[in-house]
Amino acid sequence: MSTKTKRSASDIFGSILRNQITIPLAALLLLLIFNFVADPGFFKISLGMNSAGNPVLSGYLITVINMGSELAILAIGMTLVTAASGGQDISVGAAIAIAGSTILRVLCGKDSRPETLQAPIIVAFLVAVIVAMLFGAFNGVLVAVFKIQPMVATLILYTAGRSIAAWINNNELPIVSDETFAVFGGFIPGCPIPTPCFIAVACMIIIALVLKFTNLGLYAQSVGINESSSRLNGLNPVFIKWLTYVILGVCVAVAALIKTSRLSSINYSVIAKDIEMDAILAVALGGNALSGGKFNMAASIIGAFVIQLLTTTLYKFEVQSDALPAYKAVVVILLVVFSAPTVREKMSQMSKKLKAGKKEVA
Amino acid sequence: MLKKIKNMTDSNLLLTITIVVFFLMYIGAIVFQGKGFLKPQTFFNILNTNAALIILSCGLSLVMITGGIDISVGGMTALVSMCCAVYLDYKGGNVVVSMLIALAIGLGFGLVQGSLVAFLDIQPFIVTLAGMFFARGMTTIVNTNPFNVENAAFKALKETRILIPGMGSINKKGVYVPAYVEIGVVVALIIVILMFIMLKWTKLGRSFYAVGGNKQSALMLGINVKMTKFYSHIICSMLGGIGGYVYFLHVGSGAATHAQGAEMNAIASSIIGGTMLTGGVGNIIGTFFGVLSLSTIQNIVASAGLDQAWWTGITIASMLCLFLVVQSIVMARKKSSIKK
Repeated sequence: MSTKTKRSASDIFGSILRNQITIPLAALLLLLIFNFVADPGFFKISLGMNSAGNPVLSGYLITVINMGSELAILAIGMTLVTAASGGQDISVGAAIAIAGSTILRVLCGKDSRPETLQAPIIVAFLVAVIVAMLFGAFNGVLVAVFKIQPMVATLILYTAGRSIAAWINNNELPIVSDETFAVFGGFIPGCPIPTPCFIAVACMIIIALVLKFTNLGLYAQSVGINESSSRLNGLNPVFIKWLTYVILGVCVAVAALIKTSRLSSINYSVIAKDIEMDAILAVALGGNALSGGKFNMAASIIGAFVIQLLTTTLYKFEVQSDALPAYKAVVVILLVVFSAPTVREKMSQMSKKLKAGKKEVA
Repeated sequence: MLKKIKNMTDSNLLLTITIVVFFLMYIGAIVFQGKGFLKPQTFFNILNTNAALIILSCGLSLVMITGGIDISVGGMTALVSMCCAVYLDYKGGNVVVSMLIALAIGLGFGLVQGSLVAFLDIQPFIVTLAGMFFARGMTTIVNTNPFNVENAAFKALKETRILIPGMGSINKKGVYVPAYVEIGVVVALIIVILMFIMLKWTKLGRSFYAVGGNKQSALMLGINVKMTKFYSHIICSMLGGIGGYVYFLHVGSGAATHAQGAEMNAIASSIIGGTMLTGGVGNIIGTFFGVLSLSTIQNIVASAGLDQAWWTGITIASMLCLFLVVQSIVMARKKSSIKK
């Protein structure tokens, strides 16, 4: 009897372990515990007043949720791209610079520092969405039609992107003085929760509905698992791959709106720097295979917040922002090493040996 | 003529395209941009500024021929130049040891990346992307601020010029100025020749092509696929170390922003030079001409008055895009010919 309950307990434990969402949750817990031990003040959330006299929440956790919003939005698109094309888009940072530059260009018109907005914000945003979708479509064509490896194809935009962004605004640095624009990256007057959180939640709801009511997720996975057999089943792999890149383009535009709104301006070489690394990390940390196939959207999104938590923790320990990539690179390497098939096989063999040894003892 | 083109192998066709493009571009530059491009020194300056890029591109071509990729070379260049600069200036060390440091960094990166890619079967792009960020981050950790090296022995080596006999031009004052190259160019040319010989006539060199062309058949032929991949990453990273040192010798300073986008330029040069991203096809001579084409077009863009920084990025990207599409078409041609 006792062995039976034990076995079922281990089964439950095993199924929890096998569940993809466990990986990012475990990482999240680990980081939170580490922070709690190092400094319990990490969890303090206080309600203060900002310079405009509105109540705002502040604290490290709020920073994580606030700053992690863009990353979570990008992770949505990146997960789809990874699943369908078996590669990652490394041009998202540069694409954010382009979309952000477009938003400011439309808002500011010819003058780089206008007193009033030259166009409604929604128009600027829609133009940026279209531009970002076009660049996404460009990447998508290279990947899907010309069958170039995704990372090499997006390397083109990765190099040219920031140059194009600077070119859109003639290398000027436009500044939007209108306060309504700052709402998207700051706070809605009277609401203490940062606006990017709401935008991120809205994006998550939309993608959840899309995955629930359309076959996008299923198709993307099947194309990623086996392209030719999904073609034989009547899918159009070229179109589906291309579509995922266009969707990533939309995510990029939303992230760009938040990023530019935070500053009310833009710095072409610094905006969203190294964010492609974070987005790929989020997907990897979510337990999704980087070589395509099955994905779990919720795990990716949690992964994004874990990455942001890691970043904030590193900042808290006064690591320089330029040195951050080195630490993250180590995390990536550890992650991919542990998720590599050969390593997993060896580990499962080891655990089998251990179990066999235990049985003999019993 | 058309029949001849049709019968060409992929490698030769792509190589021919590259060399023709380079000469057309250079002649075009002479015709449209005036006499500047006629001076031998203009050509040798292209070599001087791109010696490091030639070395990096050789390494990348090798990895790409084997079917992988390495985007950490730019970060490695920055790391090598920063480490050597710090060692030479703060520690007052000698030049030979600094070269050994560069090689050691290259070897270290090669060992880690190579074993991850070859023995653990992790995508080379992910591994080397992490390598790139690691190198850039480490550069900042070693030293934050950019600075010039004042070491006397190093400066003497940096200023060494090798004059080219029989070439030169008369400057505005009417004085004959002989054309010169820096030491880095000699190193780069030696590496090009060595790599060419290695790839063409040695067993190891041929096995790189075999692995890149078809892993399965290479395995059947008795080639150790994993070790071959491993060697390709080791050699590429070692060349990254050497290239980093040559870069350092050219600029004479250490900074975290050094060689920004060098990996992209190196990949672009290899692709323009006819190396296939899918592996198995490529030529070091083509890569050499790829670097020359790339820098010639940069020079043309700069001398045409479009000297804002963004034009260079956009030109390289569009050129890379063009050649990628050409490759894709060549691949399609191959497939259709097989079907026939």
